[in-house]
Amino acid sequence: MPRGCDSGRVKPPPFEYHAPITVDEACALLGSLEDAKVLAGGQSLVPLLNFRLARPAHLVDINRISGLDRIYERDGGVAVQALARQAAVEDSDLVMRACPLVSAAVRLVAHRVIRNRGTICGSLAHADPASELPAVLLALGGHVVARSTRGERVIKAEQLFQGVMETALEPDELLVEAWFPASPAPFAIVEESRRHGDFALAGVVRAADRLALFGVAPTPVLADPRDPAKGLQPSGDLEASPEFRLHLVRVMTEKAFAA
Amino acid sequence: MTTRWFGERVQRVEDDRLLRGHGRFTDDINENGERALESVLVRSPFAHARIRSIDVIAARAMPGVVAVFTAADLPFGHTDLPILIPHPNLTHGRTQRCLASEVVRYVGEAVAFIVAESRSIAEDAAELVQVDYELLPVVITPESAARADHLVHDDVPGNVAAEMIQEAGAVQSALAASPHRKRLHFRFERGAASPMEARAVWARWSTAEHRLTVYDSTQSPTSIRGGLAVLFGLPESNVDVIAPDVGGGFGPKIMLFYPDELLVPFAAMKLGRPVKWTEDRQEHFTAVNQERGQVHEVEVGYDSDGKLLALDVDFVHDAGAYTPYGIILPIITAAQVPGPYRVPNYRVRFRDVYTNATPTSPYRGAGRPHACFVMERTLDAVAAELGLERAEVRRRNLIQPDQFPYEVGVAWQDGNRVVYDSGNYPALLEKALTNLGPRPAGDQVGMGLGMYVEGTGVGPYEGAHVQVLVSGKVVAATGIPSQGQAHATVWAQIVADQLGVDVADVEVTSGDTRRFPWGVGTFASRGAVTAGNAMAVAAGMVAEKAKHIVADHLEVDAADLELVGGKVQVKGSPDRGMPLAAVAVLANPVRYAFGGGSEAATQFTARARPGPPLHEGEQPGLEATGYYSPPGSTWAAGCHAAYVRVDPKTFRLEILKYVVIHDCGRVINPLVVEGQIEGGVAQGIGGAFYERLAYDDEGQLRNASFMEFLMPYATEIPTIEIDHIETPSPLNPLGIKGAGEAGVIPVGAVLASAIEEALGIPITEMPLSPLKLFELSRPS
Amino acid sequence: MKVNGAVHPPPVDPRRLLSDHLRHDLGLTGTHVGCEHGVCGCCTVLLDGAPVRSCLMLAVQAEGHDVTTIEGLAADGEALHPVQQAFHECHGLQCGFCTPGFVMSVVGLLEQHPNPTAEQVDEGISGNLCRCTGYASIRRAVVRAAELSKQ
Repeated sequence: MPRGCDSGRVKPPPFEYHAPITVDEACALLGSLEDAKVLAGGQSLVPLLNFRLARPAHLVDINRISGLDRIYERDGGVAVQALARQAAVEDSDLVMRACPLVSAAVRLVAHRVIRNRGTICGSLAHADPASELPAVLLALGGHVVARSTRGERVIKAEQLFQGVMETALEPDELLVEAWFPASPAPFAIVEESRRHGDFALAGVVRAADRLALFGVAPTPVLADPRDPAKGLQPSGDLEASPEFRLHLVRVMTEKAFAA
Repeated sequence: MTTRWFGERVQRVEDDRLLRGHGRFTDDINENGERALESVLVRSPFAHARIRSIDVIAARAMPGVVAVFTAADLPFGHTDLPILIPHPNLTHGRTQRCLASEVVRYVGEAVAFIVAESRSIAEDAAELVQVDYELLPVVITPESAARADHLVHDDVPGNVAAEMIQEAGAVQSALAASPHRKRLHFRFERGAASPMEARAVWARWSTAEHRLTVYDSTQSPTSIRGGLAVLFGLPESNVDVIAPDVGGGFGPKIMLFYPDELLVPFAAMKLGRPVKWTEDRQEHFTAVNQERGQVHEVEVGYDSDGKLLALDVDFVHDAGAYTPYGIILPIITAAQVPGPYRVPNYRVRFRDVYTNATPTSPYRGAGRPHACFVMERTLDAVAAELGLERAEVRRRNLIQPDQFPYEVGVAWQDGNRVVYDSGNYPALLEKALTNLGPRPAGDQVGMGLGMYVEGTGVGPYEGAHVQVLVSGKVVAATGIPSQGQAHATVWAQIVADQLGVDVADVEVTSGDTRRFPWGVGTFASRGAVTAGNAMAVAAGMVAEKAKHIVADHLEVDAADLELVGGKVQVKGSPDRGMPLAAVAVLANPVRYAFGGGSEAATQFTARARPGPPLHEGEQPGLEATGYYSPPGSTWAAGCHAAYVRVDPKTFRLEILKYVVIHDCGRVINPLVVEGQIEGGVAQGIGGAFYERLAYDDEGQLRNASFMEFLMPYATEIPTIEIDHIETPSPLNPLGIKGAGEAGVIPVGAVLASAIEEALGIPITEMPLSPLKLFELSRPS
Repeated sequence: MKVNGAVHPPPVDPRRLLSDHLRHDLGLTGTHVGCEHGVCGCCTVLLDGAPVRSCLMLAVQAEGHDVTTIEGLAADGEALHPVQQAFHECHGLQCGFCTPGFVMSVVGLLEQHPNPTAEQVDEGISGNLCRCTGYASIRRAVVRAAELSKQ
């Protein structure tokens, strides 16, 4: 995040703006433009633009693509398309029924006003190590569908998250859908944050006997419920030292598996 | 005079406009639809560096850029900004210049000023400004500054801007004779006020009128006006400064002559177009003054009953890179440590030291939170040593109600001595304990207790103008601005009582030098006491004048008249009187009627009295200007008590119950006072457990955004319970004391005390956090 | 795009934020800017009836949508909207800077939960920062607004 800076920076830097109306058009743009970023919910990208920490030459705004906001059942789980807002997923009876872990997790994402614009797929593509949904995808063993002019491919959760805000998505790929398997029972998501709605200092997701951790590594990671901190080397920041993060992971795993 | 409004929970007259989105905050200003040029300040990214060169050629050449200024381009470029409050002990005071050209001493110090057609373009141009910095060593903590590892100013030995020692009694011998002694160490990190509206300035120069108009989100428009007049060689009467709606002040906006406050008007004058500057949030963190950094060494001597015998306090105050506000903050801390307690021998020494960080000046509480923490934690330590109840130790040391006026023996921030005027401290304590009630069941529950005294209502003075218009409506004005404290409502209550009218019929303007050019500012919990009493004086004069006019007219004694229901009437006889509107007409003898009943004041209609229409010393109009200059501060007080639970695993804080008993003398509007206290407590909780300013060793602020500077949301702040007692001040006619800062003062002490009990670990620093508690609770 | 029912063309510059477009291009200065990174909530407006942060949207993105700002809740001279009225009655504002953002958020909250529980109230207002009130009066205002909305 920005440090005490040399000048006021709160207005986005210059960029070329594109607003495709079909997925094919979006993919064509991503395939032909150098240094383009996808704008979906904007709740993560626009702050970076405002701070001038992100300076893409091109913005591809996908919000005008119709029919890309579906939430539907598929293969025993729930598919969420690129423009399905987090608030829509939160309010969805279908998700509550078919994948209640996702319902529980999405309620922890920021605040409702952010969820009104933010998208599930955007959160996955952004891959902030402290966010909930990537860890949920990993715990459940879900996948995403990426489309480009070269075709479509499925990327499993285990392969998707590569590093801090880095995914296996190629620059010309658009993440069009995320698929979450049905939540097994018991399930739980436990996180510690400083204020309500903040990014978690650390968190755990339980899906039956699978455990995924977030906020303690460059990506969400699977862990052994009997020794969740094993092998972890979390980073330290202002609100949590590595030791504190490990401590919280143990505490939260215990809580998640107490039920 | 009625007392219909004083003490009532009157709903605010300010609300309608603000709720409809018709507030006028400085960034909203767009006078006459004349689009202002927009600007950006280029600031140092380094905490300490020599400037070898500044290259603005590329920035100047960018299309849309109108001007780029460095120090070399300013006629006042080599003038140090003023020390606002000089003091004999401030032997090595230093201030910055508008734009640095030789050395920068904190991250955020301004180096260049860019004016362009839009903010976006100005930001684009800012990226082209090249400054060649030669890095210099940095001191960032008060400890390293006091050790003088490096110097912030080459000509200030030991980084000490000021040193002051005060002693009441004989501390060394009293300590030596004490049955018990204890040493304590306390540390406070910096904190920030962070109002929701950052700072902003808008200026226009009219060549035709030779007039400078400035809108500024400031807590003292009159001072800004004075400074601009001096700087630009203009008559004061040609400079208008208006604080329009201000979105919170809390102290940083009483720091005066931030560089932009001079640069924006200067640019407007030079470029012949209005210019505006709006601070952004990130910039705000290092550009705007901070506070709260202090380190204390304490030694207390006491007897086996827990009675204080001697207190020796030696502290270092973090001034930041410059001392524009003088040494007011450490003076306040030094003065307020004793609080509501008898300290028979008290010695306090402070050193105000420079660090390579943003300069410090008052933030709500202004040195008192530290003082309260020191005293309250010391008493808690005494209680723990002796196995006494914390409340009982306090009881045994409190100043009693029959001991006023009480002289503490040290200097106060207004140049006078600290003398408490009135109070009932034991009653505050007992009521707090009663309202707090029994301890909730469960583990890891701790109780916290904190008492404070607060010097409020400092001078030099404030003034007010009150006028009854020929319509019968009343307008009033004062020089001090509002930042949300409901001044317009509260002054209207006072005036309405004096004039016997409805609050809705009194319109108040504040903080606009065009309407009232004299005054000091809104700070230090002084608004109600100073401007409130000035309003009463002015309105009282208007009431007297009204009575005399009616007395002449009806041939009755002025003493038999009262102002009630918009009329001046014989006491108890509504049918023998005149409406105020009519009195306003008669107050201005005219030759030419202009409607509205004014024919009653013309020369053939008006009742003649001997002598000229205006007697010597009389002025036309039913209006008056009055002033109030306090003989000394008046001392508010309070007690907070709380139960908290700390999760033993996550170290999360849960405030189970929080009670406040406050005493601000007679209360004008309880709704407003409660709002102030609720807001103050929230800031106190934020400052104690959520917020911090995380400077690294290089003087970089690592959390300069709202994502990482954790101001509490509603989910972090409980609803508190407020009760009050009133010990009127004998020092002013209205008997009121200030209330603006009270809520924040003891919160840190209360939470520290409660957390210490809940976790069983000593707490001697602020702020805290789950991480800090985790680290403190681990075996070292 | 429609703003408070009136049709407006979108801005020419795609990097213009919706907050700046409303404030400086359309002169609707009731929406305030506190941080420009989506945390404080002062800039909250309704987009097709749902609260959003206008500082996190490009103005061009509002094309084809309905934006409601604080100025759109009650016409000049008309009675205050129940949420505005409730804030007034409960002293839910002091400096007024965060207030439009809160009011719009609460309008959205009551749309979602017309009879909010205490927890839903806190949840609903937890995305807006206020530095003046300490939130207690705002909590009371939400409860009062729910009452007034039923009348």
